[in-house]
Amino acid sequence: MADTAVQEEKIAVQEPWLGKKERQLLSDPLNDNNPITVQVLGICSALAVTTLVVPSAVMAVAVVFVCAFANLTVSLLRNSMPKQVRMIVQLVVIAFLVTVVELVLKAFAFEVYKQLSVFIGLIITNCIVMGRLEAFAMANRPWRSFLDGIGNGLGYGGILIIVATIREIFGKGTFAGLKIIGATEAYAINTADGSWGQTLFGWYANNGLMVLPAAAMFVIGILIWIQRSYNQKLVDIS
Amino acid sequence: MHSNKYVFLYTLALTTVVAVVLAFLATSLKPLQDKNEALFKKKDILTAINPDFKDKNDEEIEALFGSVEQLVLNPEGNVVEGKAEDVDMKKEEKKDESERLYPLYVYKGEGKELYVVSARGNGLWDKIWGSFALENDFRTIAGVTFDHTGETPGLGAEIKDNDDFKAQFYNQDPKNKIYNDETGQYLVIRKGGETKANAAYEVDAISGATVTCDGVTKMIEKGMKPYFAYFNTLKK
Repeated sequence: MADTAVQEEKIAVQEPWLGKKERQLLSDPLNDNNPITVQVLGICSALAVTTLVVPSAVMAVAVVFVCAFANLTVSLLRNSMPKQVRMIVQLVVIAFLVTVVELVLKAFAFEVYKQLSVFIGLIITNCIVMGRLEAFAMANRPWRSFLDGIGNGLGYGGILIIVATIREIFGKGTFAGLKIIGATEAYAINTADGSWGQTLFGWYANNGLMVLPAAAMFVIGILIWIQRSYNQKLVDIS
Repeated sequence: MHSNKYVFLYTLALTTVVAVVLAFLATSLKPLQDKNEALFKKKDILTAINPDFKDKNDEEIEALFGSVEQLVLNPEGNVVEGKAEDVDMKKEEKKDESERLYPLYVYKGEGKELYVVSARGNGLWDKIWGSFALENDFRTIAGVTFDHTGETPGLGAEIKDNDDFKAQFYNQDPKNKIYNDETGQYLVIRKGGETKANAAYEVDAISGATVTCDGVTKMIEKGMKPYFAYFNTLKK
């Protein structure tokens, strides 16, 4: 054990902080190995939170934090961790970090805490976190695991925000709370006041389906389709 | 493979460390959280009185709240000793119905006299609650706020987040009333199709949040009784 540890240390010293491999760890999950559209992990929360942009963004930040630090912690513990209870240990680490997020938000960003409500707790069951721990952190050194966590968190968050943007605009006519299209004065494009807004968009109505989780399923499906049509690497020809 | 002894000691050590850190964080952040919670509650009551109060800063909220008269009612509608802000609806709910206390806030200002009543009920996932500011006919709604523990953002949580939904309660013409003296029915959160005949006693529900909206209807029906008993004594 001691020998391998020394060896590892030597290699770690030679490796740059942000070499090619490290940059790949950050960029891969954004496209080629996206947790939602390619690994198909974390779908459950992606369907549920994405009705509004702001909670999605906060959720994304929280997942980046939890994913990165859970990866880091588990990677640090990986050599001493008894294999029989590794899942339980991983869950303890995740649940711990999520509780920290919840406590801190409640003390310093109460409004956001109120808005996210149940979803903070749901990060614990987010498959991405556990998936990355099992697939990456258990077999890699801490710094790389940390980067992998950030990369996957960002990949997840990016999709979340894209889906939320589409759903909020078409479902509610707003974007991050800004009123864009609707039938009262408060909206930028007013579809009921007889001006150009009504001439062009008088027929427009919000799509009620977009508000429901099923819409997220369609939007994610379409995103996967678009991604695969230009990224041939992802298409399984066999 | 590690020995059983190692596994036990390892998990014991890990859980102890986690428990100690969490306990430390929880207790050290508690005062901040309590302060947020209390301020949030005050803001909530004030927003029911006037939606513009939402943008006031912390000190202004404290000052405004200080000018609000606070009463506590028992289920028969009699005033009992105490301050409304000390009544925790969450705890009251667990008591027997005959022992519950109800907070009532009375606001006098800007030429208005508003009575803020509170109710608590069940949403889809967890509790929902709300406050209604009533004009001095004790029927017409002048303002409203809602809150919840765990409704879905974008769906059930819209009762709190969607200003347009809340505005329906006090911005419609004719003004909405919480109770119909002729039919003996309370205000209803209605799903689908407009029925103009009953417009003053109905509010349009939120799409995709049927259970939460039904919860609001039930909450109003159940929660108003002691307040109405008190208001009847005022009328005489």
